[in-house]
Amino acid sequence: MKLKKEELLHFYRKMVEIRKFETKVVELFADGMIPGFVHSYIGEEAVAVGACSNLNDDDYITSTHRGHGHLIAKGGHMDKMMAELFGKETGYCKGKGGSMHIADVDLGILGANGIVGGGFPIAAGAGLSAKMRGTNQVAVCFFGDGASNQTTFHEGINLASIWDLPVVFVCENNMYGISLSQKEHQHIKDISDRATAYGIPGVTVDGNDVIAVYEAVKEAVKRARQGEGPTLIECKTYRHRGHFEGDPTVYRSEEEVEQWKKKDPIKRFRKKLLELGTVTEDELNSIDEEVDKMVEEAVEYAKKGKFPEPEKAVEDVYTDIVEEVRE
Amino acid sequence: MRKMTVAEAIREALRLEMKRDERVFIMGEDVGKFGGCFGVTQGLYEEFGPERVKDTPISETAIIGSAVGAAATGMRPVPEIMFCDFLTVPMDQLVNQAAKMRYMFGGKAKIPMTVRVPVGAGMSAAAQHSQCLEAWFIHVPGLKVVMPSTPADHAGLLISSIRDDNPVMFFEHKMLYGVEGEVPDEIEPIPLGKADIKREGEDVTVIATSMMVYKSLEAAKELEKDGISIEVVDPRTLFPLDKETIFESVKKTNRVVIVHEAVKRGGVGAEIAAQIADEMFDYLDAPIKRVAALNVPIPFSPPLEKYVVPDVKDIINAVKSIAR
Ligand SMILES: Cc1ncc(C[n+]2csc(CCOP(=O)(O)OP(=O)(O)O)c2C)c(N)n1
Ligand SMILES: [Mg+2]
Repeated sequence: MKLKKEELLHFYRKMVEIRKFETKVVELFADGMIPGFVHSYIGEEAVAVGACSNLNDDDYITSTHRGHGHLIAKGGHMDKMMAELFGKETGYCKGKGGSMHIADVDLGILGANGIVGGGFPIAAGAGLSAKMRGTNQVAVCFFGDGASNQTTFHEGINLASIWDLPVVFVCENNMYGISLSQKEHQHIKDISDRATAYGIPGVTVDGNDVIAVYEAVKEAVKRARQGEGPTLIECKTYRHRGHFEGDPTVYRSEEEVEQWKKKDPIKRFRKKLLELGTVTEDELNSIDEEVDKMVEEAVEYAKKGKFPEPEKAVEDVYTDIVEEVRE
Repeated sequence: MRKMTVAEAIREALRLEMKRDERVFIMGEDVGKFGGCFGVTQGLYEEFGPERVKDTPISETAIIGSAVGAAATGMRPVPEIMFCDFLTVPMDQLVNQAAKMRYMFGGKAKIPMTVRVPVGAGMSAAAQHSQCLEAWFIHVPGLKVVMPSTPADHAGLLISSIRDDNPVMFFEHKMLYGVEGEVPDEIEPIPLGKADIKREGEDVTVIATSMMVYKSLEAAKELEKDGISIEVVDPRTLFPLDKETIFESVKKTNRVVIVHEAVKRGGVGAEIAAQIADEMFDYLDAPIKRVAALNVPIPFSPPLEKYVVPDVKDIINAVKSIAR
């Protein structure tokens, strides 16, 4: 497939956006500016960007606890994301959600998720709705290797398969669910093998190759939009950092981490672009600088925002009922 | 006596029971080499090996369901669910299987399993990692529900839970894991269904669970300055509930405040209040007050979270509203 220069630059920019955003988040978390849990997406950027680059604004995604990358790739605004991570009223969820619950429903982002495996049936439901409403929308469900052992994996994919729902199940196989390696948590090597059980296509791609992910998801999205049902795509990748910030990562070796860092999706893609001669180093550097500025602005925006008034805690539970506040 | 944290006390109780009875085993997510999400099972994998400290896939239904199957057939599993919030996932195995098997089979089965579950807010973990869902389980005949506060109570009650022939839900507050207290050199089982008076007092009975026991004890110090003496009763087990100890205290003070961290609506406080109203009406000189979380999911942002969860001043206000 011949990709246009602007598409290639878009991939690069989005991956750099995620990397720089996440690098900043790690730093701010260590400084105590971000409360709660943070799960870094560093190292897995090619999956979110390769997948979401096939989507329109009105297509849906369901995300995970490791969701910042999916949000940015789907067009989420960095400033509102950062403000949410700070717990500010100017954040995406007015400070109610935090890292694990950022959502932008207007952009089809049906939320990060604190429940591993929570997204499978929700994505199926978004696909069902698109089908019932007669639109051309698709839903992409991101999930991890660990999540593929939840009941919802089976139920969600099976349902999508029998109803030919426009859903693409995108597995980010980073080889671990917290401390447990894939070898220890399942007997298969390729999670895409499970597609057979649902009579749908299953593909495994190099998840650190943004073009490979892009092309696999492109095919799946095409199928979905044509009413041919779901696809299961497994992207082999790796998280550079611990499961959460603060994880001592005793369960994997330094060598393994170093091996995977050599396959860094952004470095690789940058090198490839330069080798192809499609873009110049200057073009890429200026993207880097633009993104640095974006991230700085996002941090400023987050810092400037106010914390929510405590009484706001009782709002947004229901559409119509607000219970009393504390005396 | 020796000093131990809640986490150490739980670990010690697990060790003792695993040494005493080879049918006892642990399973859950990251409980092995990693030592548990909160470090509670640290060292047990090294001591007892992977067969008895089992790392599971992320499959809560299989964790609980296989514990039920193993318990029904001669083992005494102690599964861990990483956060209370994730109990929603294996709910069928708990509520329809574990709780009811014995009854449905006409008393022919035993399900000796103890499900350890960290609960509670306080770390900005937001709506899906902060809940206290203990009330759901007292609503299910067939389950016992334990919710201790001190290190010694965690140890003694965990031993009794593991030795119990029924399914037991054992709720531990994650913000208490690092809290220290005295633990006897010889840890003895503490019977389920026995409350403990954490502080004697004259004017108002404060019935508090888990983290709220500590907050109530703090409130007691403040209230003392205003000449109000509260008696802090820790039920320790929510089912079976030690009505006797609670009622004795009510007879003495004639005033009751119930404090828990879970949301107020449908909480354990409602059940305890109803039982007191039912049987102790003549002894009451004031309405029973409940102090609990607001009826909302736990929000992420620290000022919101702090506001939603009950605090010392809320307990003080409630006590003052009914004190003589
Ligand atoms: C139902 C449920 N069980 C357990 C957890 C705790 N938990 C959070 S992330 C995680 C590991 C997820 O592994 P994987 O799906 O491979 O995603 P990764 O973190 O590797 O991106 C676990 C066990 C949870 N949040 N929800
Ligand atoms: Mg994983």
